[in-house]
Amino acid sequence: MNKPKTKKLLFLFRHAPYGSALAKEGIDAVLAASAYDQDLSVLFMDDGVFQLLKHQKPDDIEEKNIINILSAFTLYDIQSLFVCQESLAERGLRNTDIAIGINIVAHNTVSQLLSQQDHILSF
Amino acid sequence: MSNILHTVNKSPFLNQTLKHCLGRIQSGDSVLLLEDGVYAALSSQPWAMLMNPSHQYYAIKADVEARGLGEDKLLSHITLIDYEQFVELSTEHSTVQSWY
Repeated sequence: MNKPKTKKLLFLFRHAPYGSALAKEGIDAVLAASAYDQDLSVLFMDDGVFQLLKHQKPDDIEEKNIINILSAFTLYDIQSLFVCQESLAERGLRNTDIAIGINIVAHNTVSQLLSQQDHILSF
Repeated sequence: MSNILHTVNKSPFLNQTLKHCLGRIQSGDSVLLLEDGVYAALSSQPWAMLMNPSHQYYAIKADVEARGLGEDKLLSHITLIDYEQFVELSTEHSTVQSWY
Protein backbone atom coordinates (compact mmCIF):
# COMPACT_ATOMS: atom_id res chain seq x y z
CA MET A 1 0.00 0.00 0.00
CA ASN A 2 1.23 3.47 -0.83
CA LYS A 3 2.11 5.72 2.02
CA PRO A 4 -0.40 8.59 2.12
CA LYS A 5 1.01 11.82 0.80
CA THR A 6 2.38 14.21 3.40
CA LYS A 7 0.31 17.38 3.63
CA LYS A 8 1.61 20.85 4.18
CA LEU A 9 -0.20 22.43 7.15
CA LEU A 10 0.20 26.01 8.28
CA PHE A 11 -0.96 27.08 11.73
CA LEU A 12 -1.68 30.79 11.68
CA PHE A 13 -1.75 32.67 14.99
CA ARG A 14 -3.34 36.13 14.76
CA HIS A 15 -4.57 36.78 18.30
CA ALA A 16 -2.92 37.93 21.51
CA PRO A 17 -2.46 35.42 24.35
CA TYR A 18 -4.78 35.27 27.43
CA GLY A 19 -7.57 37.58 26.14
CA SER A 20 -9.16 34.52 24.52
CA ALA A 21 -8.50 30.78 24.45
CA LEU A 22 -7.39 30.90 20.79
CA ALA A 23 -3.65 30.91 21.43
CA LYS A 24 -3.81 27.95 23.80
CA GLU A 25 -6.15 25.98 21.55
CA GLY A 26 -3.95 26.65 18.55
CA ILE A 27 -0.86 25.42 20.35
CA ASP A 28 -2.72 22.25 21.41
CA ALA A 29 -3.68 21.71 17.78
CA VAL A 30 -0.06 22.12 16.63
CA LEU A 31 1.18 19.62 19.22
CA ALA A 32 -1.56 17.14 18.29
CA ALA A 33 -0.85 17.48 14.57
CA SER A 34 2.85 16.90 15.16
CA ALA A 35 2.02 13.25 15.96
CA TYR A 36 0.86 12.60 12.38
CA ASP A 37 4.13 13.10 10.56
CA GLN A 38 2.95 15.98 8.37
CA ASP A 39 4.84 19.00 7.09
CA LEU A 40 3.98 21.62 9.73
CA SER A 41 4.70 25.33 9.79
CA VAL A 42 3.63 27.94 12.33
CA LEU A 43 3.24 31.62 11.51
CA PHE A 44 2.64 34.44 14.01
CA MET A 45 1.18 37.63 12.58
CA ASP A 46 -0.99 40.60 13.57
CA ASP A 47 -1.70 40.40 17.34
CA GLY A 48 -0.33 36.83 17.34
CA VAL A 49 3.17 38.31 17.62
CA PHE A 50 2.33 39.31 21.21
CA GLN A 51 2.44 35.59 22.10
CA LEU A 52 6.20 35.65 21.54
CA LEU A 53 7.13 38.39 24.01
CA LYS A 54 9.68 37.82 26.74
CA HIS A 55 8.87 38.51 30.42
CA GLN A 56 5.26 37.22 30.34
CA LYS A 57 4.11 36.56 33.92
CA PRO A 58 0.49 35.40 33.84
CA ASP A 59 0.47 33.97 37.41
CA ASP A 60 -1.76 36.76 38.76
CA ILE A 61 -4.39 36.22 36.06
CA GLU A 62 -4.15 32.47 36.69
CA GLU A 63 -3.08 31.42 33.22
CA LYS A 64 -0.24 29.20 32.02
CA ASN A 65 2.72 31.00 30.50
CA ILE A 66 2.36 30.72 26.71
CA ILE A 67 6.15 30.91 26.27
CA ASN A 68 6.66 27.70 28.28
CA ILE A 69 4.30 25.88 25.94
CA LEU A 70 5.75 27.45 22.78
CA SER A 71 9.20 26.38 23.92
CA ALA A 72 7.96 22.77 23.74
CA PHE A 73 7.63 23.07 19.95
CA THR A 74 11.30 22.20 19.46
CA LEU A 75 10.87 19.06 21.62
CA TYR A 76 8.11 18.01 19.24
CA ASP A 77 10.46 18.68 16.32
CA ILE A 78 8.42 21.60 15.03
CA GLN A 79 11.15 23.71 13.47
CA SER A 80 9.37 25.85 10.87
CA LEU A 81 8.43 28.83 12.99
CA PHE A 82 7.89 32.22 11.40
CA VAL A 83 6.89 35.69 12.56
CA CYS A 84 5.75 38.54 10.33
CA GLN A 85 8.21 41.45 10.41
CA GLU A 86 5.59 44.09 9.55
CA SER A 87 3.35 42.95 12.41
CA LEU A 88 6.27 43.35 14.83
CA ALA A 89 7.17 46.77 13.44
CA GLU A 90 3.57 48.00 13.58
CA ARG A 91 3.60 47.24 17.32
CA GLY A 92 7.01 48.78 17.94
CA LEU A 93 8.52 45.38 18.80
CA ARG A 94 12.09 44.33 18.04
CA ASN A 95 13.65 40.89 17.56
CA THR A 96 15.27 41.28 21.01
CA ASP A 97 11.73 41.30 22.50
CA ILE A 98 11.10 37.73 21.26
CA ALA A 99 11.56 34.87 23.71
CA ILE A 100 12.03 31.93 21.32
CA GLY A 101 14.13 31.11 18.26
CA ILE A 102 12.06 32.00 15.21
CA ASN A 103 12.45 33.15 11.60
CA ILE A 104 11.49 36.79 11.10
CA VAL A 105 10.02 37.08 7.61
CA ALA A 106 8.90 39.99 5.44
CA HIS A 107 5.52 40.42 3.81
CA ASN A 108 6.38 38.66 0.51
CA THR A 109 7.64 35.56 2.36
CA VAL A 110 4.43 35.54 4.41
CA SER A 111 2.38 35.55 1.18
CA GLN A 112 4.56 32.77 -0.25
CA LEU A 113 4.19 30.70 2.90
CA LEU A 114 0.39 31.06 2.78
CA SER A 115 0.22 30.10 -0.89
CA GLN A 116 2.30 26.90 -0.48
CA GLN A 117 -0.05 25.14 1.93
CA ASP A 118 -2.52 22.28 1.54
CA HIS A 119 -4.38 23.52 4.62
CA ILE A 120 -4.29 26.65 6.77
CA LEU A 121 -5.59 26.44 10.33
CA SER A 122 -6.27 29.86 11.79
CA PHE A 123 -6.27 30.74 15.49
CA MET B 1 -21.28 67.06 36.71
CA SER B 2 -21.12 63.39 35.89
CA ASN B 3 -17.81 61.75 35.16
CA ILE B 4 -17.44 58.40 33.46
CA LEU B 5 -14.97 55.57 33.93
CA HIS B 6 -14.46 54.04 30.48
CA THR B 7 -13.09 50.49 30.34
CA VAL B 8 -11.50 49.00 27.22
CA ASN B 9 -10.71 45.27 27.12
CA LYS B 10 -9.86 44.66 23.45
CA SER B 11 -6.58 45.04 21.58
CA PRO B 12 -6.54 48.33 19.63
CA PHE B 13 -4.86 46.56 16.71
CA LEU B 14 -7.72 44.14 15.99
CA ASN B 15 -10.66 46.11 17.35
CA GLN B 16 -11.96 49.67 17.11
CA THR B 17 -13.13 49.99 20.72
CA LEU B 18 -10.19 52.13 21.89
CA LYS B 19 -10.77 54.59 19.03
CA HIS B 20 -14.51 54.69 19.67
CA CYS B 21 -13.91 55.31 23.37
CA LEU B 22 -11.28 58.03 22.86
CA GLY B 23 -13.54 59.78 20.38
CA ARG B 24 -16.23 60.18 23.03
CA ILE B 25 -14.54 60.92 26.33
CA GLN B 26 -15.10 64.27 28.00
CA SER B 27 -13.23 66.27 30.59
CA GLY B 28 -13.32 64.61 34.01
CA ASP B 29 -13.60 61.12 32.48
CA SER B 30 -11.01 58.38 33.03
CA VAL B 31 -9.98 55.36 30.96
CA LEU B 32 -9.12 51.95 32.37
CA LEU B 33 -7.37 49.38 30.16
CA LEU B 34 -7.79 45.74 31.07
CA GLU B 35 -7.34 42.25 29.54
CA ASP B 36 -6.18 42.67 25.89
CA GLY B 37 -6.99 46.38 26.22
CA VAL B 38 -3.64 46.83 27.98
CA TYR B 39 -1.87 46.70 24.60
CA ALA B 40 -3.19 50.27 24.22
CA ALA B 41 -0.79 51.23 27.03
CA LEU B 42 2.21 50.63 24.71
CA SER B 43 3.90 53.91 23.81
CA SER B 44 4.57 52.41 20.37
CA GLN B 45 0.92 51.82 19.48
CA PRO B 46 -0.31 54.03 16.62
CA TRP B 47 -3.24 55.57 18.53
CA ALA B 48 -1.13 56.75 21.48
CA MET B 49 -1.34 60.32 20.22
CA LEU B 50 -5.13 60.21 20.66
CA MET B 51 -4.68 59.48 24.36
CA ASN B 52 -4.83 63.06 25.56
CA PRO B 53 -2.83 63.35 28.82
CA SER B 54 -5.46 65.67 30.30
CA HIS B 55 -7.49 62.54 31.14
CA GLN B 56 -6.51 59.93 33.70
CA TYR B 57 -5.44 56.58 32.22
CA TYR B 58 -5.16 53.37 34.20
CA ALA B 59 -4.23 49.77 33.35
CA ILE B 60 -4.61 46.59 35.38
CA LYS B 61 -1.09 45.65 36.50
CA ALA B 62 -1.69 41.87 36.44
CA ASP B 63 -2.83 42.07 32.80
CA VAL B 64 0.19 44.19 31.83
CA GLU B 65 2.64 41.82 33.55
CA ALA B 66 0.93 38.70 32.16
CA ARG B 67 1.56 39.95 28.64
CA GLY B 68 5.22 40.82 29.23
CA LEU B 69 4.81 44.56 28.67
CA GLY B 70 7.70 46.15 30.58
CA GLU B 71 7.22 49.57 32.14
CA ASP B 72 9.83 50.96 29.74
CA LYS B 73 7.43 50.13 26.88
CA LEU B 74 4.42 51.91 28.37
CA LEU B 75 3.09 55.43 27.95
CA SER B 76 4.35 57.52 30.86
CA HIS B 77 0.91 58.82 31.85
CA ILE B 78 -0.58 55.35 32.50
CA THR B 79 -1.09 54.41 36.14
CA LEU B 80 -0.93 50.67 36.95
CA ILE B 81 -3.58 49.54 39.43
CA ASP B 82 -4.99 46.34 40.95
CA TYR B 83 -8.62 45.16 41.14
CA GLU B 84 -9.24 46.80 44.54
CA GLN B 85 -8.28 50.15 43.05
CA PHE B 86 -10.56 49.36 40.08
CA VAL B 87 -13.44 49.06 42.55
CA GLU B 88 -12.45 52.38 44.16
CA LEU B 89 -12.32 54.06 40.74
CA SER B 90 -15.79 52.71 39.95
CA THR B 91 -17.16 54.33 43.10
CA GLU B 92 -15.39 57.63 42.41
CA HIS B 93 -17.02 57.96 38.98
CA SER B 94 -20.73 58.44 38.47
CA THR B 95 -20.99 55.67 35.84
CA VAL B 96 -18.90 53.00 34.16
CA GLN B 97 -19.00 52.53 30.40
CA SER B 98 -17.52 49.26 29.07
CA TRP B 99 -16.23 49.35 25.50
CA TYR B 100 -16.00 45.77 24.26
